[in-house]
Amino acid sequence: MASGKPNSNAAGGNGSGGPVTFLEAIKQAMFEEMERDPAVVVIGEDVGVYGGAFKTSEGLLERFGWERVIDTPISESAIIGAACGMSYLGLRPICEMQFIDFIACCFNQLTNFVAKGHYLWNAPAPIVVRGPSGGGVHGGPFHSANPEMYFVHTPGLKVIYPSTPYDAKGLLKAAVRDNNPVLFFEHKFLYRRIKEELPAEDYTLPIGKAAVRREGRHLTILSYAAMMHTSLEAAEALAKEGIEAEVIDLRTLLPLDEETILQSVKKTNKVLVVHEDTKTGGIAGEIAALLCEKAFGDLDGPLMRVTSLDTPVPYAPTLEDYFLPNAQKVFAAAKELARY
Amino acid sequence: MNRPPSVGERMKKGLTRQQYLDLYHYMRLNRAVEDTMVKLFRQNKIVGGLYSSLGQEAISVGSAYALEKKDWLAPMIRNIGALLVKGVPPRDIFMQHMAKYDSPTKGKDGTSHFGDLDNLHIVSPISMLGDLIPVMAGVAIAGRYLGQKIVAMTWIGDGGSSTGVFHEGLNFAATQKAPFVLILENNLWAYSTPVRRQVPLENLADRAKAYGIHSYIVDGNDVVAMYKTAKEAVDRARAGEGPILIEAKTFRRLGHAQHDPAEYVPKEMRAYWEARDPILLYEKFLMSEKLLDAKSKKEMEGKIDALLQKEREFAENSPMPPAEFAAEGVYCTGDDCHKIQPKWERDKREVMPPKSSVSAVWTVEGFGAGKGSSGGIAPIHFGDTAGAQEKAENEDKLAPKSPVKTVGKKSAKVASARGAGALRRRSKASGDK
Repeated sequence: MASGKPNSNAAGGNGSGGPVTFLEAIKQAMFEEMERDPAVVVIGEDVGVYGGAFKTSEGLLERFGWERVIDTPISESAIIGAACGMSYLGLRPICEMQFIDFIACCFNQLTNFVAKGHYLWNAPAPIVVRGPSGGGVHGGPFHSANPEMYFVHTPGLKVIYPSTPYDAKGLLKAAVRDNNPVLFFEHKFLYRRIKEELPAEDYTLPIGKAAVRREGRHLTILSYAAMMHTSLEAAEALAKEGIEAEVIDLRTLLPLDEETILQSVKKTNKVLVVHEDTKTGGIAGEIAALLCEKAFGDLDGPLMRVTSLDTPVPYAPTLEDYFLPNAQKVFAAAKELARY
Repeated sequence: MNRPPSVGERMKKGLTRQQYLDLYHYMRLNRAVEDTMVKLFRQNKIVGGLYSSLGQEAISVGSAYALEKKDWLAPMIRNIGALLVKGVPPRDIFMQHMAKYDSPTKGKDGTSHFGDLDNLHIVSPISMLGDLIPVMAGVAIAGRYLGQKIVAMTWIGDGGSSTGVFHEGLNFAATQKAPFVLILENNLWAYSTPVRRQVPLENLADRAKAYGIHSYIVDGNDVVAMYKTAKEAVDRARAGEGPILIEAKTFRRLGHAQHDPAEYVPKEMRAYWEARDPILLYEKFLMSEKLLDAKSKKEMEGKIDALLQKEREFAENSPMPPAEFAAEGVYCTGDDCHKIQPKWERDKREVMPPKSSVSAVWTVEGFGAGKGSSGGIAPIHFGDTAGAQEKAENEDKLAPKSPVKTVGKKSAKVASARGAGALRRRSKASGDK
């Protein structure tokens, strides 16, 4: 553990307390980056005194002070705008969206100002925009969204959506050190439901690299975030029926790791994409186009997809359960695909 | 009631001879640059639109002249004059409009949409109005954080002051007491919509009250008043008094852009403001104060003509960007592309632990400690209600029984995965909310 860190839970720390949650991994990443580099600041709603709605910035204010942990008014455009301006002087702000759904409020600032700056006038904006996303927790239509594809369609941004604490920490640190604006989605369903032992030493993971989570030869399941775990669960069930699914965790959606995808398709010849995002305009469509362009001859069956419905995220548990993909749906689609 | 002082009377006092002449020079240069661009536009040498600041030169020049070299500004489309004062050569402005490869954006954007982070400290605007306000607030607080003692300045129109981000940005700047000066250029027209149809206020400076910040109202056609007001505002902002709003009252003499004849503007209104041309008013003052005579005026005009001739030739000779250049430069590729390093002008240790550590300004029992006032875990959000947390913890205790999934090189315990069983469990847990 780096010297000078208080050993309370509130102040993060790493490698000493056994497996940590996804939340804790996020907290550790921010804490360690702020320790490492005084150019790193945190800005958002309730990130200071309160420590963030999900407590991801708990202890940061006490440790780093008011200049580096900036509580803002409820003004998402001001958060992104100010972070962008700060980055022009060499700072590396981490912006928190209290819920990622609210990123819609600063859509213009992100897509028109931040994303275009480097291309148009050679102005890099090294900012990170992170926040809790995704459903399955009965948050209703405004606290459950997966808005990643709006931004995957925006040249100039990078989009990360990890599925494990280890990846979350390594990729968030990489995002802070990247010279480009990076959107970092954290699936809130995973926040406390998944634990992992993290290395004691400083590490980053490369942005734009997928990970093979399970090797298989009959078909490839491409997924990310919470659905990666759903896909793994389905893969276990498929294995019992003699179908070996390869499960790939995309981790980064922009840029997409084409190489890993294409390699797997060469091996399995069948692709199922599983995402919690709604169907139309989701990453599955983009992957289908990619495979048509670059791996048409490798395909032995149609690209299939299991996604959420093309509706807002409904509130009632019965409705939301119906709306979301689950292991059974993935299992059924994979069995159908395997028949080709 | 005393007669208010005339423009000439107000202009006197306070400036050096050189400052008086600088202001004149930059206003003349501003107008001459735009006159040249009108000619280029008529010769079809300007690729896109051309916006004019005719009659508003005193605002751009007077306010930007109040900044120091280290300060930052972000222009709007009618602030060519501010760019000239900050040190942008006219050729860059010509080439921007002509989409030339040697232009600051190498043909990727036009008009005043360009900037310079390293030397001139200019932030590029975008077409969406108001977005610069939080950005410049961010510049201002970053400068303060780094100990640079800078002031950030930008402009907004009467029309742009209706945007949501104007409010978000100015309110945020106010909460931060950012060293930020916003010039609200009230030229009475937002494209074809008169200010009365946009804002039910006599004075747009009144908006400052909503943010608890200082404001000024100034005659935007009086360059000396503009400069003096901006200087005072810049000094106060630098001294830590927080953001300052200056409403400069003026008039947009031409249409929204070259294509717009602005027939919606009443003739009398135009005539009134044409008689109050900022350059003519100022010239009259300079002549009466013997700071300028016919000879020195002619001399200055000659110099500007010669300069612009040269600049225009350079711009016209610059090539269009090569087509494939369109595919380049979306991302910064790393240190070889941009080495991003803040310029610290204070001791970094001041912002690093333990010096940076603070105790909260106020405390609420349980907050920041992970404990609720009852001593239990602080309740947080959806899916993380106390009940759900307890559940997750119980599941952690049961970890050996849970399926251990292999995730990359590390083992991850998936306490509750997304199968139908998990959904049933969560449906029950949701009752705990």
